[in-house]
Amino acid sequence: MSDLLVDMRGVRIEGRSDETWMPIINGVDLTLKKGEVLGLIGESGAGKSTLGLAAMGFCRDGVRISGGSVSFDGVDLLAASSEVKRQLLGKRIAYVAQSAAASFNPAHKLMDQHVEAPVQHGVAGRAESAHDGVELYRKLRLPNPDEIGFRYPHQVSGGQLQRAMTAMAMACRPDLIIFDEPTTALDVTTQIEVLASIREIVEEFNTAAIYITHDLAVVAQMADRIKVLLKGDEVEEADTRTMLSAPKEDYTKSLWAVRAFERPEKPPVATDSTPVISVQGVTAAYGTVDVLQDVSFDIHAGRTVAVVGESGSGKSTTARCITGLLPPRIGQIELDGTPLPLDYRQRTKDQLRQVQMIYQMADTALNPRKSIGEIIGRPVEFYMGLRGAAKRKRVEDLLDQIEMPADQYFHRLPSELSGGQKQRIGIARALAAEPKFIICDEVTSALDQLVAEGILRLLARLQDELNLSYMFITHDLATVRAIADEVVVMKDGAVVEQGIKTEMFRPPHHAYTDLLLSSVPEMDPDWLTNLLKERGVDNIGDAAVGKMS
Amino acid sequence: MMTLFWIAAGFAALLAAGWVMRFAGQMATGNKPAFRDMSLAVAFGYVLGVAVIVFAVWYYFQPAVTEQGMAVAGVLFFRWAVQGFAIFAIVAWIFRFFGRMVGSAGTKKLFRQMPLTAAFGLLVILIYAVLAIFAGAIAPYGQAEVFDQVNALPGGNAATGGNPAHLLGTDQIGRDLLSRLIYGAQNTVGIAFATTCLAFFLGGTFGFLAAVAQGWFDQILSRSVDVLMAIPSLIFALLLMTIASAWAGSEKWLLTIYMVLIIAVIDSTRVFRLARAVGMNIVVMDYIEAAKLRGEGLPYLIFREILPNAMAPLLAEFGLRFCFVFLTIASLSFLGVGIQPPLADWGTMVRDLAQFINFAAFSPLTAALPLMAAGAIALLTVAVNFVVDWMLQRSSGLKE
Repeated sequence: MSDLLVDMRGVRIEGRSDETWMPIINGVDLTLKKGEVLGLIGESGAGKSTLGLAAMGFCRDGVRISGGSVSFDGVDLLAASSEVKRQLLGKRIAYVAQSAAASFNPAHKLMDQHVEAPVQHGVAGRAESAHDGVELYRKLRLPNPDEIGFRYPHQVSGGQLQRAMTAMAMACRPDLIIFDEPTTALDVTTQIEVLASIREIVEEFNTAAIYITHDLAVVAQMADRIKVLLKGDEVEEADTRTMLSAPKEDYTKSLWAVRAFERPEKPPVATDSTPVISVQGVTAAYGTVDVLQDVSFDIHAGRTVAVVGESGSGKSTTARCITGLLPPRIGQIELDGTPLPLDYRQRTKDQLRQVQMIYQMADTALNPRKSIGEIIGRPVEFYMGLRGAAKRKRVEDLLDQIEMPADQYFHRLPSELSGGQKQRIGIARALAAEPKFIICDEVTSALDQLVAEGILRLLARLQDELNLSYMFITHDLATVRAIADEVVVMKDGAVVEQGIKTEMFRPPHHAYTDLLLSSVPEMDPDWLTNLLKERGVDNIGDAAVGKMS
Repeated sequence: MMTLFWIAAGFAALLAAGWVMRFAGQMATGNKPAFRDMSLAVAFGYVLGVAVIVFAVWYYFQPAVTEQGMAVAGVLFFRWAVQGFAIFAIVAWIFRFFGRMVGSAGTKKLFRQMPLTAAFGLLVILIYAVLAIFAGAIAPYGQAEVFDQVNALPGGNAATGGNPAHLLGTDQIGRDLLSRLIYGAQNTVGIAFATTCLAFFLGGTFGFLAAVAQGWFDQILSRSVDVLMAIPSLIFALLLMTIASAWAGSEKWLLTIYMVLIIAVIDSTRVFRLARAVGMNIVVMDYIEAAKLRGEGLPYLIFREILPNAMAPLLAEFGLRFCFVFLTIASLSFLGVGIQPPLADWGTMVRDLAQFINFAAFSPLTAALPLMAAGAIALLTVAVNFVVDWMLQRSSGLKE
């Protein structure tokens, strides 16, 4: 017997599409010792999650393991009967999904779901495991550990739910936990809390873990070893420090280099120039609750203003005020020095044309039943009045501008494009209106880093060519560093700090800006440890409690 | 009490047989996962399936005539059903086969991916459509033509009370039943189709409008629809039809128009609900927001942005709704307030011929007459649903 907990050899996995089996994983080895944490990274579609699930001997529907072997603690999982697997899964192997909100049953309280696995597996009685659950909640620094179990999933925040899910996975004290992008959907400030608590509890119980993510900086904090996947093949594997300091393969190096993109600083704006968009003392409310308080900032021609802050800070609401979807209660929006009507329905066609928007989720931003040509052609026809050949010519020019060959993509549907390509179509649709000002709402946060960088470079190039102004909403400070000229930091619906980017990144800054900046994971594997030491561990717990109320 | 005991005993026997079958399978295949992980419930299901098939085969080969020379209607009807099923399956297969051979590359591909059920449904709908459109040319006589011989039995054999000129016989006042069956396709299906289209136009438009406009407009529409839906639909239709027949007076065709309107309005409430619910989900999408911010008008939003995305659920509903409307018309006709004589209609035919079912023991063919009209309704219902299921699977990529 070896001391290997998980031993996967030459695993091949295939997925069914259009009646044929397409390879997803082409013979990957994966081993894991007791108490070891392995980071699996790669862009979307690399097969990370599929491989992670295969370590449990499990495949999604329409996917099959066609070759190789998977053994867990000496048990051959591929040959094991479903009875044997049922004994292992949940009890000795646990899984933490990306979206805790979608994985919890909204109809049951947290504790009722927590005790299910231990009771089912006969590990502990109901009362006993509930008691243990409270202990785990305390260890994971959930606020009010004694009471939070009586809440329903929708009554706690995303970061807390993710920790409750980790606690649930820990309920039977498994030997192996598979974390599938547990922090991807969280804000940087929340992410820190979840990362710290996951790392601590994994260390305490000496649990082995497979940590799946696309974020290198995150994996650097969590994993002892890192394995890089590309399109179902292993690129390389090494322990974390070696991998970070001396990656061997070109692909790995390119992953490491993504965050290098940064635009040169622009000269300061002339003091007498009229801003393209001027937000003046805007206070807005949903119903009777004010969600924005006295927000003011200017955006000048050819400039990018990044609006940063965690979710709920009012970034997107500001965008809704500018577009007129949510008329402000007080204050006004000026376009080129003339006030815009507050409600978009009262704006003229030309005013609507000047302000365009690019959305976070390209999937929902493009009508799935319309071809690319129709999607981009509509604003061309609607605003410019072009038809027939002239319209087609203009659409082809736009496709050229976003670096997508028109002959290839003109007739395709959005579902036939990759995530990055969809986002490019979103950009082209905004450009088709020939606007002065574009709002980019988290346009890169749903994309892989390499793809996101391509989008950022494209946006930067278009800005230089067309003298566009951007309002760039994001919670990712690496993106801010890459593209912004000026930064507006928001918290709880108010502007905390604003100024030129270079000044913002230089201390001293506002306490909240400092918290945001220091929360961005860095490639240094000691970063989280140092940061926690710096902040004092209790601080994180306090921050969580503060968010609860 | 004894019956209960026998049912329990049969159940236990099947369960035991299932266990034995699984055990034998495990032994024979060297414990392959298919048998190893089979739960007892699944094994029971297999055994039950086999038992049902064995019984069906045994029943099929029972003598159809007793020693006294009486027909056993049960066996006879069962044989007809099995034979009809087999014939339809074969014809559907041939239909699909030809579809794969003939036509453009697009239609060939369509037929290649088509399941047999969809081919069957498509074929039946095609046949109905041809019958409905060319009823005048296909039917041997007019639907209102009255002949001297009343109640001629089907089969066309003069010795047993039939008439070679009337293959399916004649009804109580001497009208040719075959012709009426064919004309029934025109009247019942045509009117049902028109009614469903109208219901969808009304319900769909208002549903999407409510989803886009929201607020008080949505409230007024939705609550009015709730009021309409609170009244049992068939009784409501009967009530309105009674009023309508007073308005229509002696103008029978006017009553048919009223019926179409009444059923369309009643059924549009269901469509409204669906369209509004589907529309609500689509309206929150970013591409609708983008279109609104572009300054697009309401018609563009509804028909160009929302409708294409709501097509799949609406299509499924159309199939179901068509069947319901069809059945409502048949029921109203059965009750005597639907399609008015002399227009032929399947619902009316079932009512008029219903008492023939009593003759099943003496003349199964005669008893089959009301079943034929009822079967025509059932067949179309099944066919439409097969096709809709298939279209739904194609358009939404539903695999489960």
